[in-house]
Amino acid sequence: MGKISNQAVLEKLSAKFGSKISLSSEPHGLLTFEAGREDILEILRFLKEDKELNFNFLTDITGIHYPEKELPIGVIYHLHSFRNNVRVRIKVFLEDANPSIPSATPLWEGANWMERETYDFFGVNFEGHPDLRRILNVDDMTVFPMRKEYPLEDPNRVDKKDFFFGR
Amino acid sequence: MNQPVIINNQERKETTTLNLGPTHPATHGVFQNVLEMDGERIVSGVSTIGYIHRAFEKISEHRPFYQITPLTDRMNYCSSPINNMGWHMTVEKMLGVVTPKRVDYMRVIIMELARISDHLICNGILGVDAGAYSGFLYLMEKREHIYEIYEEICGARLTTNIGRIGGFERDFNDIAWAKIKKFVKEYPPVLKEFEELFTRNRIFIDRTAGVGAVDAETALNYSWTGPILRACGVDYDVRVNEPYSSYEDFDFDIPVGTTGDVYDRYMVRNEEMYQSIRIIEQALEKLEKEEKGVFHADVPEIYLPPKEEVYNNMEALIYHFKIVMGEIDTPKTEVYHCVEGANGELGFYLVNDGGRAPYRLHFRRPSFINYQMYAPMSRGMLLSDAIINMSSLNVIAGELDA
Amino acid sequence: MSDIKLAEAPAGIEGSGFFATSFDKVVGLARANSLWPLPFATSCCGIEFMATMGAHYDLARFGSERPSFSPRQADMLLVMGTIAKKMTPVLRQVYLQMAEPRWVIAVGACATSGGIFDTYSVLQGIDEVIPVDVYVPGCPPRPEAILNGVLKLQDLVRNEPMRRRNLPEYKELLNKYGIQ
Repeated sequence: MGKISNQAVLEKLSAKFGSKISLSSEPHGLLTFEAGREDILEILRFLKEDKELNFNFLTDITGIHYPEKELPIGVIYHLHSFRNNVRVRIKVFLEDANPSIPSATPLWEGANWMERETYDFFGVNFEGHPDLRRILNVDDMTVFPMRKEYPLEDPNRVDKKDFFFGR
Repeated sequence: MNQPVIINNQERKETTTLNLGPTHPATHGVFQNVLEMDGERIVSGVSTIGYIHRAFEKISEHRPFYQITPLTDRMNYCSSPINNMGWHMTVEKMLGVVTPKRVDYMRVIIMELARISDHLICNGILGVDAGAYSGFLYLMEKREHIYEIYEEICGARLTTNIGRIGGFERDFNDIAWAKIKKFVKEYPPVLKEFEELFTRNRIFIDRTAGVGAVDAETALNYSWTGPILRACGVDYDVRVNEPYSSYEDFDFDIPVGTTGDVYDRYMVRNEEMYQSIRIIEQALEKLEKEEKGVFHADVPEIYLPPKEEVYNNMEALIYHFKIVMGEIDTPKTEVYHCVEGANGELGFYLVNDGGRAPYRLHFRRPSFINYQMYAPMSRGMLLSDAIINMSSLNVIAGELDA
Repeated sequence: MSDIKLAEAPAGIEGSGFFATSFDKVVGLARANSLWPLPFATSCCGIEFMATMGAHYDLARFGSERPSFSPRQADMLLVMGTIAKKMTPVLRQVYLQMAEPRWVIAVGACATSGGIFDTYSVLQGIDEVIPVDVYVPGCPPRPEAILNGVLKLQDLVRNEPMRRRNLPEYKELLNKYGIQ
C-alpha cells in the first residue's frame, strides 16, 4: 500500500473541489470518482501539481460506451503517483451527439496518442488537442467502431453467406 | 513537397521527404514514418501506425473470459507468457481468487523466461542494426531453448496460451524442470560472451552512446515505462511497486541508467536478464519447499475439472459445462491490474457487468505509449541513429496496434 | 569428399559428353533451388520466420539464402501475419512491384483466412487481393511447417511449364484480382 491513503486523497480533493466530485468508490482498492467535463482539466492539474499528492504519471486514457445511459460516452483517466504509490481513476461522462472534453495534452505530452485512440474508437472530441486524427483505423472510416451499436464483423463481407456452407 | 524552406527571408537547403516503412526491413515491424530529411539528418517526422490493427478490444467484448487469453498471446508475441499471466491475474483479482504459492512461483519462472526471451531479441537485433550479426546468432540459439521449455509446458512455442484462470492446465513435467535448470546454468555464460562482444566495443559505443538520450522528466511526461524509463534513471518497476504473483518474496535489483540513451537501454536490458536468472534460481529453490503436485487454486467453479471427472462426476460435468459456455458468475465491478511486461507496464482495465464477456476491456499497451515519442525524439538525428533508436525502444507491432 | 549435396538432375538422355532434357525442366530446377524470398512479416508469424531463417532451422539449405527486401529482386513473397485493411494497399503494391515469375506463400492462419481476427479491420485472407500459391496453416506455424511450405512451392516451381505466365488462363487469373 502507498504512503498516502485513498481516504486522504479523496478528502484533499473534496476540500478543493467540493461537490464537483461525485460517486466515489474503491473497487479493488483503486479510488474511483466521477467529475464533470468543465472541471476535469482543473482536477487533473491539481492532482498533478499538488506537492503532497503528486500524481505525476498519466497511466492511461480510454473510453467506454453505455448506450442506454443519459450520458453514454465515458472518458476514463488512470493517474499514478510514483512517490506515494497510489493510483486514482477519474471518469467523465459526455453526451452522445457531440462528445467533447478538454484535452490533457497541456499537462502530459503522453496524452496525445491516448486521446487520439479514444477519438478513433469512440469519437470523443478533445478540445485543444494538437493533432486529433484517427490513429489505428483507416483514415476514411466514418464510424467509431468501439461504440456498442457497431458490429464486430465487417458487415460488407460475403464469404459467410449460407450458400458457401450448403445451407 | 520539395519546396525550398525559407527562414528569415533566406532560402535554406532543400529538404527531401523520405518514406520509411511500413515494410522497411530496418523497422522490424509495420511502422511507417514519413521523415523530412536534410541530407542525412532528420528535420521532422510523422509516425503512422495501425497497420496491423486487429480490434482486440472489440473482440474481447464478444468472448468469454478464458477465450481472451489467446488474444493476449498475439499482443506482445515476443513475451506472450507475461501477457497470459497478466490476464489470468486480472480475472483472478476480479473474482477474488487466491492462488497457492507454488502456482505463483511457477508463474514467476515462466514470466522471467519470457522477459529474457524478449530482452535477448531486442539486444540481439540492436547489434544487427549496428552491423554486428554474431551477437544475434549467439542469443537466438538460447531463445530456441526457452521455446523448448514452453513446448514442454504447453505444447506451443510462440503464442503459448500458458495456464488458465486459477493456475496452470497441468504440472510442469520432469523434462521441463530439467530444461529450466539447464537453461539457468547455461544462459549466463552465453550472455557474458555476448556482452564481451558489445559492451566495451568501441564501434558499438560510438554508435549507441548519446543516441536518443532522454531525461527522466521528459520520459515521465510521455508516460514511458519499462526498461527505457529505467535507463533514464527512474526506478519504477511494477514488480516492486505493486508486487503481483508473490514477487515480494524475491530478492532482486532493478538496474537503472543515467542518460537514457541507447547504450543505457542496452545495459539495463542486459542486467535485467541476469536479474531474471537470479529470480528463477530463487524460485526453483523456493519450489523445493512447496508441496508437490499443486498447480492450480482450488476453485472448481472457474477452473476446468479434469476430463475423467467430467465423464464420471455430475458436479464436475456441470462445472465443465458452465465454464466452457462462459456461464460463470462474475461480480459487477471494474478492475485495473498491471504487470511488468518486457516493455513496460502492461495494464488490463476490465469493466464487467456480470455477463459472459467483459463489458469493456482496455489494454494499456506499453509499446503504444512508448512509441509516441519516437517522431519527436528523432528530430535532429541521423537516419542511421534513428534506426538504432527504434530498435532499442523494442516496439512490437502487435502490441502497438492491438 | 565434400558433403555438399547437389540437386538431382531431371530425367533425360545421357550419353558420353552430353545430357539432353527438356528446357522446361532445367529452368524449373534452377528456379526451384534459388528462390529469393521477400519476407513480408507483420506479426507473430514473422517471429517464427526469424527462427526459420536462423541457424537452428536454416532456410538457406533450400536455396533461399538471401532474403530480398526489395520486391524487384524477389521471386517468392512470404506473407506472414495479419494483414489489416490499412495494410492491404501496401501488400498489393509490393506484389505488383515484383517481377514475373512470382510466387506467393500465405504463412499462418491470419494471412490465409484472417484467423481468429474476424473483425472489421482485418482482411479475411490475402487471396482477396493477390493470388496465392501455397497456404501454410498454423497460428503461428512451426518453422518446420514454414519449411514444408517452401518445399511445396519448390515442387510447384519445378514443374511449372515455361509458357504458364503467357497463357490466357493466367491472364484471366490476374484480371480477377484487377491486375493487368
